Amino acid sequence: MIGFDVLVTRIDGLEQDDLARWITNNWVRPDVEHGQYVFEDIDIARVHLIYELREDMDVNEAALPVVLSLLDQLYDLRRHLRTVDSAIGEIVSTDVKRALAERIASITRQPGGL
Amino acid sequence: MDDPYKILGVARDASQDAIRKAYRKLAKQHHPDLNPGSAKAEELFKKIAAANGLLSDPDKRAQYDRGEIDAAGQERAQRPSYREHADGASGHRYSQGAQGNWDTGDLGDIFGSMFGAGRRPGGTFRSDGNDERYVLTTEFLEAVNGATRRLTLPDGRILDVKIPAGANEGLVMRLRGQGGAGTNGGTPGDALIEIHVMPHPFFERSGHDIRLTLPISLSEAVLGGPVEVRTPRGPVKMQIPAGSDSGTELRLRGRGVPQSRGHASGDLYATLRVMIGKPDAALSDFVREWKQQDAVNPRGKMESVP
Repeated sequence: MIGFDVLVTRIDGLEQDDLARWITNNWVRPDVEHGQYVFEDIDIARVHLIYELREDMDVNEAALPVVLSLLDQLYDLRRHLRTVDSAIGEIVSTDVKRALAERIASITRQPGGL
Repeated sequence: MDDPYKILGVARDASQDAIRKAYRKLAKQHHPDLNPGSAKAEELFKKIAAANGLLSDPDKRAQYDRGEIDAAGQERAQRPSYREHADGASGHRYSQGAQGNWDTGDLGDIFGSMFGAGRRPGGTFRSDGNDERYVLTTEFLEAVNGATRRLTLPDGRILDVKIPAGANEGLVMRLRGQGGAGTNGGTPGDALIEIHVMPHPFFERSGHDIRLTLPISLSEAVLGGPVEVRTPRGPVKMQIPAGSDSGTELRLRGRGVPQSRGHASGDLYATLRVMIGKPDAALSDFVREWKQQDAVNPRGKMESVP
């Protein structure tokens, strides 16, 4: 957990205005404690990612919301699939799991499959 | 670590701008936070980032070029991985759903399609498979003489690709029915395979002809005689006329690209290059004493031009 100023100095080239704008745009959502922003690990990693998208991958700020929205949906989907996977894992037997895995593999292979 | 120039795919004398561009292109493709399902992307990106860390800094790059530092140990400080957090429970913070939870309808959709039970009526509509594109890199001589190459597709299928003799750079071959599968009885798409030809150390294509520079010794140039020449289909003997100058072009008829549908076979052009070699006392003495019978000024024609 770190504050606004520490985060800005930690990323070489990141300006205060950039981070402030990203928060205003709701691209980064730090907690607020005693009137100060507090960044969790995921917020810090996200700021790094946004910075790299802009600096290393040429994604300009006009396109960023589209990229972030798709990424958020991708990670939503991955978390949900993981939930589904662990729910199945808790309920069914090893045999059923194996049969399930084989069935999914064969559907994926056949024409018209996933 | 491997050669950082190779990892970024740039020449050793590439400009800083070219290095930056190459890195950007690779980062877009392999950034691990954008490829959360791929361990390969993560490994690759580590190498790409390390190579860029070394080459993007002109001082470090110069040190590396002089051999003062090696490529190892240039890994960037561990960047925080967004993917690690977003995949876990803390990822809910940036969830798109209002509460970070899906309603049961969403879950039903997932279960439905996962188990094949809840297919919607629209799911039975028939559609043809997509064409899939691949790039096949071939050796120069494979493209000239033709070859069969085995391609393993991402889905594990194996295709034997017949590269026709005389294939040109950029030739696209269509393999019918080898692309994406159709759904509900739709016909499968085609595999489109683009041929990329690697350059050869000494052969060059010029349409259906092939050119090469043929080094010959001074005695071969002066006295003439048979010389062995490499051609795309093996070595052949060629007669060099006595008194051949550097730059003389000799043609071997029919020894270029072999004939193919609609094309006669091309020729091979060998441009001679006389190699004098290191100073040789006997040769120097001989030339110094040598009285040329018909002394001709080799630059005579140049002098008549104003």
